[in-house]
Amino acid sequence: MFSSQSRQLLSSQLRRLQSTLVIAEHNNETLLPITQNTLTAAKKIGGDISVLVAGTKCGPAAELVAKAGGISKVLVAESDAFKGFTAESLTPLILATQKQFNFTHIVAPASAIGKAVLPRVAAKLDVSPISDIIGVKDANTFVRTIYAGNAVLTLEAKDPIKVITVRGTAFPPEPLEGGSAAVEKAPEGDYKTDLVEWLSQEITKSDRPELTSAKNIVSGGRGLKSGDNFKLLYDLADKLNAAVGASRAAVDAGFVPNDLQIGQTGKIVAPDLYIAVGISGAIQHLAGMKDSKTIVAINKDPEAPIFQVSDYGLVADLFKAVPELTQKL
Amino acid sequence: MSRVLVGVKRVIDYAVKVRVKPDKSGVVTDGVKHSMNPFDEIAVEEAVRMKEKKLAKEVIAVSCGPPQAQETLRTALAMGADRAIHVEVTGPEYETMQPIHVAKILSKLTQDEKADLVIVGKQAIDDDSNQTAQMTAALLDWPQGTFASKVEKTDAGLTITREIDGGLETIKAKVPAVLSADLRLNEPRYATLPNIMKAKKKPLKKVTAKDLGVDLAPRIKVVSVEDPPVRQAGSIIPDVDTLVAKLKEGGHV
Repeated sequence: MFSSQSRQLLSSQLRRLQSTLVIAEHNNETLLPITQNTLTAAKKIGGDISVLVAGTKCGPAAELVAKAGGISKVLVAESDAFKGFTAESLTPLILATQKQFNFTHIVAPASAIGKAVLPRVAAKLDVSPISDIIGVKDANTFVRTIYAGNAVLTLEAKDPIKVITVRGTAFPPEPLEGGSAAVEKAPEGDYKTDLVEWLSQEITKSDRPELTSAKNIVSGGRGLKSGDNFKLLYDLADKLNAAVGASRAAVDAGFVPNDLQIGQTGKIVAPDLYIAVGISGAIQHLAGMKDSKTIVAINKDPEAPIFQVSDYGLVADLFKAVPELTQKL
Repeated sequence: MSRVLVGVKRVIDYAVKVRVKPDKSGVVTDGVKHSMNPFDEIAVEEAVRMKEKKLAKEVIAVSCGPPQAQETLRTALAMGADRAIHVEVTGPEYETMQPIHVAKILSKLTQDEKADLVIVGKQAIDDDSNQTAQMTAALLDWPQGTFASKVEKTDAGLTITREIDGGLETIKAKVPAVLSADLRLNEPRYATLPNIMKAKKKPLKKVTAKDLGVDLAPRIKVVSVEDPPVRQAGSIIPDVDTLVAKLKEGGHV
């Protein structure tokens, strides 16, 4: 018989064999880019990687993600039960998958879906989830920001299963090439929930690049004064092939829809170029954009805090400076 | 719905620029202005509005933390909550307390108090976790309406508009349920002086996690808390031409 000590030793050796389940984010039409960033984080954790694709139509996303290198398998769960990607239907699927394969890590993008689903999964596993990581030190040690990005916390997770969401902008995207993972069926079960019913969605339509993965972003704040004036930013954005974002003030004032909000409680972005127009630079806004490579601020108030983080600051009336900039580019 | 439980957290005020402790063990909290987590104000407001619309009979505010958490509870009472429960957690246990602990406490209290709706803020602005509502819903096996920007009572339950990445979505949830409040759910009211005075007389019960049978054993070890990298100071440029030149130089255009 094993003594309890040797059993502990054995289990700690087994634990060293990491295996990670990555929850793919897709929209039933294609894989979303943030899944690729999440794969990079999963690879940093080390060990064997499986990817779960769940939805009402999984074929295209599963096919794409199977091409990523270093993945051992892609598990597919296609069912009407996953309409709207509700946490109430995805959680039992992830739990069933976990039960069959005993992963040491369950990882998803820190998107609206990942943030809604993973804590629910973690509670069912009785483990403490780790939100929005920006770094992986080792299989148990992770880096994340707290206090709106004003402090960086390095933590060691003590739970046996690590349930993690990943900040996409903190990890480069894993290319979808060189791999040919096997596509298998995820564990079957009755995942239909009667707790919630997904009714509809209202997605903001735009021809511009998606905010969280755009190379350039032009962002407007209260200084724009009205929703109509955002046209100035759209014109500039067209010249730069940029996405358009906004501060909370601009969203609350009804200038633009809420999904354009950048900041602690909106989207976290880190483009090559961020042009902040008529944005003062409150702590909560800076939390969402201060990792941008180059920051340009256009503001008429020379004391605006945004100038403390901007690489190039232009103290000027935006209603003159922005059209001039658009014209000269 | 009969009873609404609202979770409120005392955090460093949102306008304070936090400072990291020199020994890297955390941020400086002594002598720093604290207030109710802004998302929790929205949660309390929503619960009080439900009561005003006669959708709920009673609103119970709950906070986990050191004795000062009672100030936060008094604020909730002044906003219109009927009574409060303070779950006292102090010292090292408070330092390592995570949303999973809070979710266990909230779900236990929800059952004890026979509440059928739990509302919390979508995230606390100190740890930025965004987990408590989801975990509470999981422990109770209730539906979750996270990042809610609109909640309407219907015969069958609740119709909830949620803020998602591309825009908004609408779901129908059965009651009992757990909601997390997003910024645009409502505009929280200010507590008036007469209401602050009245709040002092409202009942506030004190319990411990142990009373509730919740184990607060740490789930994480804080390795370090550090300042974020500092950005190099930039420059103020004189005109748009210079900006265009700089953007070209940087390869942005």
